[in-house]
Amino acid sequence: MLGYALKRLTSLAVSLLVASLVIFLVVEVAPGDPASYMLGMNAQPDTVAALRSELGLDLPKWQRYLSWLGGMLSGDFGTSYTYRTPVAEMVAERIAVSLPLALYALGLSTLIALPAGIYAAARRGRAGDAGVIGATQLGIAIPNFWFAMLLVLLFALKLRWFSAGGFPGWEQPLVALKSLTLPAVALALPQAAILARVMRSSLIDILSEDFIRTARAKGLSRRQALWRHGLRNALIPVLTILGLQFSFLLAGAIIIEQVFFLPGLGRLIFQSITQRDLIVVESVVMLLVFAVIAVNFLTDMAYALVDPRLRGAR
Amino acid sequence: MKLSLILGATLSLTFTLGALISFAWTPGDVEAVNIAARLQPPSAAHWLGTDHLGRDMLSMVMTGARTSLAVALVAVGLGMGLGVPLGLAAAARQGGWLDELVMRTNDLIFAFPSLVIAILITAIFGPGALNAILAIGIFNIPVFARLTRGAALSFWRREFILAARVAGKGAPRISVEHILPNLANLLIVQGTIQFSLGILAEAGLSYVGLGAQPPVPSWGRMLADAQTMVALAPHVAIVPGLAILLTVLGLNLLGDGLRDHLDPRLRPSRA
Repeated sequence: MLGYALKRLTSLAVSLLVASLVIFLVVEVAPGDPASYMLGMNAQPDTVAALRSELGLDLPKWQRYLSWLGGMLSGDFGTSYTYRTPVAEMVAERIAVSLPLALYALGLSTLIALPAGIYAAARRGRAGDAGVIGATQLGIAIPNFWFAMLLVLLFALKLRWFSAGGFPGWEQPLVALKSLTLPAVALALPQAAILARVMRSSLIDILSEDFIRTARAKGLSRRQALWRHGLRNALIPVLTILGLQFSFLLAGAIIIEQVFFLPGLGRLIFQSITQRDLIVVESVVMLLVFAVIAVNFLTDMAYALVDPRLRGAR
Repeated sequence: MKLSLILGATLSLTFTLGALISFAWTPGDVEAVNIAARLQPPSAAHWLGTDHLGRDMLSMVMTGARTSLAVALVAVGLGMGLGVPLGLAAAARQGGWLDELVMRTNDLIFAFPSLVIAILITAIFGPGALNAILAIGIFNIPVFARLTRGAALSFWRREFILAARVAGKGAPRISVEHILPNLANLLIVQGTIQFSLGILAEAGLSYVGLGAQPPVPSWGRMLADAQTMVALAPHVAIVPGLAILLTVLGLNLLGDGLRDHLDPRLRPSRA
């Protein structure tokens, strides 16, 4: 187990290193010099040059890459070109919106998807199953930002139950949660549709296994066999998808944050890209990649702990 | 299930036809601004109403379909064109350096938040349909590479491949002549799924202003334009959104239907 963990850890480190190189190269080819962007069209060339050297933009590329990488390793994500504040601070501020939003959406989607998936699997081939499948087809096909607009139209503009956008901060937690509700619902619906399908097909697969037949032969009813033996085993692929969805939700809210004017990570990246605030783009994308790779690593480890057969395989 | 195939094919065909017809004819001019007729609800003259500039929404949806379908189709072509050969090559030398390289690169690309990278690419290289294709297509490559490799590996262990090897055929020829034809069904089904995901992605990119640029109509930008007018005239937001929803739904149903239809093992029971 330790050997396996070490091997996976090495591959994690290599992946992160390669990812950092790719991110740096992609962002560096971006046309538009941050210094001249910040100073505007009428800036004197020597002012631009002075700012370039202040920001370290005049150093060779490899040197800038190494100092960026070194900084990240010691928790220093650099300083935003535009706002002159540490990137780490900006990220922390935005995560206070994005993380609760992602968790809220994930919670909602789980709450909808698991019962729906179990219900459909237990009634496989019947009307209830067909209804759930039809609903998931719609849920997968709906563009979430359009769904968000419809939610705003109905619940904010017509019924006036929620505000149409913005975020008041966490001073009043209930008000803050309320302002995240429509975005969370908009994010959760397509995720719930996918999750319900995974839950359903995973449970259907498990229900045809021998150990379920054995449990039934021992005298358990279909329902008892499903709840006591089926569900636990069927949850493994569901957890994998949940892990993936979490990292997706953290960054994938980028368009939903635009719709609701939420000051989250997605909007931070979007604004930084348009303002050529390259250091922020690099660091935030790197953080997101790290989140995905780390979640994958933890999932693999959890599997290996549960199932020794997986330790040999990739 | 026959129903999903028929419904999916009908929806997909409708939008494809609408896009094709728009090259020759549309009910109204999509570039003619008529402020006097702005934000009209659906009527006999304008079946889907008019937008904030008084343009006929049906014509906009038809021309917008062109952009959506073209971007997503070429992005799938890019993903297949590069992903399938890579997957075939990786499977032919399982465990070799090429296999390792392809699989590790795949893992790496999967770790990147696709939407963020797509936005980054379109922002760096400039917004537009071509860069949207590139941004969406890049993430299709590992999908097809992985699928092809996995499926091809199972064929390499089969007798008919052994027979081909005994007959003296080399790995590239076997891959193309014997393995690829067997993967066709799988690739068609995955192709429709990626196609529908591409349409959603294109809509998202144009919604934030990074897809096709004016005056080329696109569904995502129609939605962005509608956002401030949704309370005045809900139809301007509902129409383009429904177009996206129905196209994606149609393609997904078509993919599901094709999978069931093309794979005999799935016919009796659907899981």
